[in-house]
Amino acid sequence: MDFHQQLLQGIHNRQPRDIARAISIVENNLPGAGAILSSLDSDRVNQATILGVTGSPGVGKSTLTGALISFYRSQGKRVGIIAVDPSSPLTGGALLGDRIRMMGHALDRDVVVRSMATRGRLGGLCASAGAAVRILAASGCSPVIIETVGVGQSEMDIVRLADLTMMVMAPGMGDEIQAMKAGLLEVADILVVNKIDYPGAETLTMELESAVRENGRQNKRICQTRAIDNRGIEELAGAVDELDMQFRQNGERDRRKQVSLERETIEWCIDFLRPFLTDKLRKEQKNVSSDPRSVAQSLIKNLL
Amino acid sequence: MNTTHPPYRILIAKPGLDGHDRGAKFIARALRDDGFEVVYTGIRRTPEEIAAAAIQEDVAAIGLSSLSGAHMRLFPAVIEALKQAGCDDIPVLGGGVIPDDDIVGLKKAGIVQVFTPGTPLQDILDAFRNACRNNNPKGY
Repeated sequence: MDFHQQLLQGIHNRQPRDIARAISIVENNLPGAGAILSSLDSDRVNQATILGVTGSPGVGKSTLTGALISFYRSQGKRVGIIAVDPSSPLTGGALLGDRIRMMGHALDRDVVVRSMATRGRLGGLCASAGAAVRILAASGCSPVIIETVGVGQSEMDIVRLADLTMMVMAPGMGDEIQAMKAGLLEVADILVVNKIDYPGAETLTMELESAVRENGRQNKRICQTRAIDNRGIEELAGAVDELDMQFRQNGERDRRKQVSLERETIEWCIDFLRPFLTDKLRKEQKNVSSDPRSVAQSLIKNLL
Repeated sequence: MNTTHPPYRILIAKPGLDGHDRGAKFIARALRDDGFEVVYTGIRRTPEEIAAAAIQEDVAAIGLSSLSGAHMRLFPAVIEALKQAGCDDIPVLGGGVIPDDDIVGLKKAGIVQVFTPGTPLQDILDAFRNACRNNNPKGY
């Protein structure tokens, strides 16, 4: 049996190291990445529920994720987590600290946590995060939670990998305004007001309720939590379950999957084309003219 | 930015009851600034938790920090935990307030390099890079 088949079998049998190795191979685009991804257990991959958890730094995403892990574990579910943190645009380095809040589950073999850096790629992150989600799902994890800071575009794209998304907020951080102006309300299915013991939590909840009402988006849920001591987590998980069921029945889940698969496919195309295009451009033009748009057009025209 | 290979992944961890993590955080930041991807586990971890996290994150090397004097027990315990999991090929480096006499024993126990308060930062970064390179010829 060759190395990749061994990995695939390991993933299926929930072997921690094989799962981890497979994710590295895919993330680094090493030989065999394609072979692994194309032979994953497609039943598991298609059935798994993918949850997106996003929100500004410091609102309690990782703590909330930790609390959700505990809840799902109490139900006997095997949980996967992809925790995304930014890479430095200058050095390419990253400090991945989300795991700190989840270390309580470190010895639980049915909680698989993988930290990922954005690696400053133009796109591409979505592709490798999507692949990692699939590997976790193929190892029997459901739900798989993708946790990411909800600020740049690439993070929003990751969130779209999810079947449903929760946006975490906390009082006193100006998030009520952020939520209204940044279009985040459109992406999130569940708005979570965390740290409800802090002053301003009720105001924030009410403002969100009225914003949701004004938007005519009745389908959105608002949940209140205090993740640090598991308050409101059961209700939140209940809302997730309900929406998940609803989306599976009314076709919304399939529709979203199609959109995100389409996006991921295009990203892979661009990823595969990038080195080829760079090479071609450098061969054709020593100094690129100051009109990159038309250079790009003619480059692609020649290609087609 | 990325050069030829993707960034190396490192786990920085503090085993045992020692809560002084200034050194661990300093090294984590220095490695980040040198282009590594650093997973930090926080303080007060058991050797088994550290081994499990290192395996899940598929890191190329582990850095341990201890300022409490328990390094002779805890550092080798991490190696033992990795061995139990069949993953003792992951190199382990250590640092902290460690007397010279202990360094020999730690190295004998399998710790690749030991850093003390006087070690120049560049030496530490080079040691991590070498450990990663030796462990992971494929680059992950």
